[in-house]
Amino acid sequence: MAFDEETNGFKVVGTRPDRPDGIDKVTGRARFGADVTAPGMLHAVIIRSPHAHARIVKINASRAEAANGVKAVVTRADFADGLEGENWNILENLMAGERALYDGHAVAAIAATSSLAARDAARLVEVEYEVLPHVTDVDDAMQEGAPVIREGAADGSVPAGMHPNVVRCHDSGHGDPEEGFAEADLVIEERFTTEATHQGYIEPHACLGTLGPDGRGELWCCTQGHWNVQKVCAALLDVETSKLRVTASEIGGGFGGKTAVFIEPVALALSRKANRPVKLVMPRADVFRATGPTASTSMDVKIGMKKDGTISGASGVFRCQGGAFPGAPMEFTAMCAFAPYALRHVRQIGFDVMTNRPKQAAYRAPGSPMAAFAVESVIDELCNRLGLDPIDVRLKNASREGTKASFGPSWDRIGLVETLEAAKEHPHFSAPLAEGAGRGISCGFWFNHAGETAVQLALSEDGTVQLSVGTPDIGGSRASMCMMAAEELGVPYDDVRTTIADTATLGYNEISHGSRVTYASGLATIEAARDTVKKLCKRAADKWGIDAEAVEWRDGCAIPSGPNAGDFDPMPIKEIASRMGQTGGPIVGHFEATPEGAGVSFATHIVDAEVDRETGATTVTRYTVVQDAGKAIHPSYVEGQYQGGAAQGIGWALNEEYIYDDDGRLQNAGFLDYRIPVASDLPMIDTVIVEVPNPGHPYGVRGVGETSICPPLAAIANAVSNAAGVRMQDLPMRPSRILGALKARS
Amino acid sequence: MIHVSTTVNGDAHELLCDPRETLLDALRDRLELTGAKEGCGTGDCGACTVLLDGRPVCSCLVLAAEAEGHEVRTVEGMADGENLHPLQRKFIEHAALQCGICTPGILVAAKALLERNPDPSETEVRYWLAGNLCRCTGYDKIIRAVLDAASEMREAT
Repeated sequence: MAFDEETNGFKVVGTRPDRPDGIDKVTGRARFGADVTAPGMLHAVIIRSPHAHARIVKINASRAEAANGVKAVVTRADFADGLEGENWNILENLMAGERALYDGHAVAAIAATSSLAARDAARLVEVEYEVLPHVTDVDDAMQEGAPVIREGAADGSVPAGMHPNVVRCHDSGHGDPEEGFAEADLVIEERFTTEATHQGYIEPHACLGTLGPDGRGELWCCTQGHWNVQKVCAALLDVETSKLRVTASEIGGGFGGKTAVFIEPVALALSRKANRPVKLVMPRADVFRATGPTASTSMDVKIGMKKDGTISGASGVFRCQGGAFPGAPMEFTAMCAFAPYALRHVRQIGFDVMTNRPKQAAYRAPGSPMAAFAVESVIDELCNRLGLDPIDVRLKNASREGTKASFGPSWDRIGLVETLEAAKEHPHFSAPLAEGAGRGISCGFWFNHAGETAVQLALSEDGTVQLSVGTPDIGGSRASMCMMAAEELGVPYDDVRTTIADTATLGYNEISHGSRVTYASGLATIEAARDTVKKLCKRAADKWGIDAEAVEWRDGCAIPSGPNAGDFDPMPIKEIASRMGQTGGPIVGHFEATPEGAGVSFATHIVDAEVDRETGATTVTRYTVVQDAGKAIHPSYVEGQYQGGAAQGIGWALNEEYIYDDDGRLQNAGFLDYRIPVASDLPMIDTVIVEVPNPGHPYGVRGVGETSICPPLAAIANAVSNAAGVRMQDLPMRPSRILGALKARS
Repeated sequence: MIHVSTTVNGDAHELLCDPRETLLDALRDRLELTGAKEGCGTGDCGACTVLLDGRPVCSCLVLAAEAEGHEVRTVEGMADGENLHPLQRKFIEHAALQCGICTPGILVAAKALLERNPDPSETEVRYWLAGNLCRCTGYDKIIRAVLDAASEMREAT
C-alpha cells in the first residue's frame, strides 16, 4: 500500500501542540463579532413580527425617527429590487416584504446613538398587521386545506397533486424493495418524528458595518464564510462585490448556523442611510426566533431482514420542514438514510415542506442525524426481535469499498467496517450493564465537502512563515494549518503563523462548512507549501549553479538530490529567506482550486442510558464515539469534534425542541426553556480515532466535524428503548414522552 | 446618569452609567474589557461571568450601579503579567476550548471554584460549571483541564 507508506513518518502531524490562538482565547483578548467598535458608531435593533403569518398593512416609523438619537430606519424598500432565486429568499427572510411569514420575521430596523436609545425607539415603530392563517407542523402543512405559504414555490420535482407547500422532491435507489421485503423473515415499518433544534452557538450573530455613499464598505462579522457574506450583501444592497471588504471575526460557534446571512445587509443598509458605522448584535431571543434552526421531520421507514441478519430490502419516506422558504435538507436526509449498508433493494424519497417557521439553516450534517434515527431504530428493533447482535448485523450489511451506495455511486475507500470492528473490540461494548440500563448502537454517515479554496504562504526575511487561509477557524483549525505547513516545509510548528485573511486578500473561499476546512484548506496549505519549496529549491540551485531539478528539500533545507548534482552544504530556509530580496524577490507559494476528493466519513457510537421510571428522566451513563478521521492532524481537536457532536446529539435526543403554541409563536426562545446539555448532564465522552486514509488528500484527511452528530440520536434512542422496554419513535425523548410510553406499555 | 465608583481588576474606575445599564455593558462598552461575553442576556449561559467581591455572578444580570463600592474581577485580570493562571494554561494544553466564546466565563467560574474547593471531584466540577454553557466541547476536556489545574495548584502550595 504505497499510499499508507507515504502517510507514515510524520514529524508534526499527529502531535498535539498548543493552538496558536490559545493565549488570546484564554485571556479575553480574542475579538469576536460583538467585540469591536468604530468612531461614530451607531447601534441597531431589528423590529420583528409577533405573528406567525400576517400581511404587513402599514409601517409607520415617524415617531421613532423623531426620537432622540435615532439616525436611520430601514424597511424592505431600502434593499435591492428585482432579485431572483436564493438571493430573493435571503432578502425576503432578513427583511419581510408584503407578509411576515413566521414569528420573529424582521419587518424594520433602526439605528441610534446607543443600544438603549435604539431599543426605546424600536417600541415607537408602528406596524399594522392583518393576521393570516398559519401552519407550523410538517404533516399538517402537507394536508389538503393547509394555509399556503407561497403559491408557485414548488419546482418540477414535486409529483402532481401534492399540496403547494411541498416544494421539492428527491427519489433515488435501486432494485425493488417489495421484492426484498418478500424475501425477508421479518419486516418492520414505523413512523418516526424529530423536532426542530437550534445549533445553539453561544455567540449571537454580530457585525459592524460601514457603507458610504460611494458604495465602498467595510464589514466585520462573525460568520462561517465571509466571501459568501460579501457576495450576498453586494447583491442585496446593489453594490459591487469588490467594493465591500469583509473581515471575519473570531467566531463563537456556528455548527452550520453561521453559513447563512441574517443581519449584515441590514447593518449596511442602516449605515448607508445614516452615513455612519452601524453595529448590530442579535439578542438571544432573536437568534432562536429568526436564525437556524434545523428541519423538523416526519419519516416512515420499512426494512426487511432475514434470520441471518441480511437486510433484504429497505425503503423510506422523509418529510422535512424547513420554514417559510424552500431548502430543507430532504435530499441529504434521504441519501444518508441507508448509506451505511450495501443493499440490493433500496429506495428513498424526500419531501421539502414549507411552514410558518424561520428559514432552516444547516446544522452539522444537515438531515443525516434524523435519517439515522429512523433507520437505525428499525434495525435495532429487527436485531432485538430476531435475537441478533447489533454490531454483527451491521458488519454483515456494511458498505465497503466497491459496493454500490444506496444513492447511486460506488464507494471509494471507506472506513465503516473499521469503526464497527473497533466498536466491537472496545471494552464498552462488552461491559456489563447496570440493572434497568440499556445499550444502544448506531452507525452514521456524512458526505463531506471540498469547495473553492485559495491559500497563500509567504516567507518572511527571517525564514518564518505567514500562512493566509480563507476559512474561519471555528474549532482550532489554525493549529492544523500550521502543522501541515510545518510538516511540508520542515520548519518548527511555532515558525508558522496562520491568519484568516479578509475578502480583499485572497481569492474566493467557500464557507467553513461540509467539514471541509482541515481537508480543503489543509490540502491547499500543503500544495502552497510545495509550491514554496519549488521556489526555494530554485534559489538554491541558482546559487549553486545547478539545475533546479537537481535540488530537493529535506528537513527545512535545500540539498543536492544526489552525488551527481554536486557537493554543496544543505542550505537552510532561513539562509534562502534572508537573501530573497537579492535573489529574485519575495518567495510566496499559492494554491487556488476546487479540490475533488473530500472522502466520506462513517462512525459507530455506543451509548449506555438509564431511565428513571418514576420521572421519565434519562441519564446517559457512558458514551463512546468511534469514527474514521482518515488522518488526524491534531488528535485533540479531532477528539473535540467527536465529543461535541455526541453532546449536541444528546441534547437533540433528550431535551431540545422548538415548541410552538396554537398561535404559531415560539414558546421557548431562550436557553432556560430551550435547554442544551450542561456539564452536569453529561458523562465523559470516550473517543476512538480510526484512520482509514482518504485517497483524495495528500495526508489522508477526511472531514470529521459533522459525522459525529449522525449516530447519536439513534444510538441514544436505542439505548433508551432497550432500557425502557418500549420503542421510542419521537424526539426529543423528554420525560413526559417516556412516562407516556411506559404507561401505554403497561 | 448614575455616577459609579468601582474597582476592576485592581484598578479604580469612575463611570457615568445609564440606570438601566448592566455591569456587562459597562465593562465592555465603557472600560473596553470585552473578555466577558453576552451569550443570552438572561443569566442562562454564563458567558458573562465575572467575580463581584470574589463571588461569581452573571454580569448581564447585575446593574452597573450595583458595582458601586465593590470589587470586580474579569478574565482580563486572571493572568499575572505574562504568566497565565494555571487554569488558563491547562485549558490550552487540554484543548478545552474550540471556538472560545464560553472560555472567559468558564475560566472565571472555575477560578472561583478552586478558591473555595482546591480538591473538587469530577461531579463537583460538573455541578459548579452547570451554569456555564459550552456548545462545542461536550465539556469532557473542560472538566479534565479544571481537575488537572486543581491538582497542579495543590502541588504548588
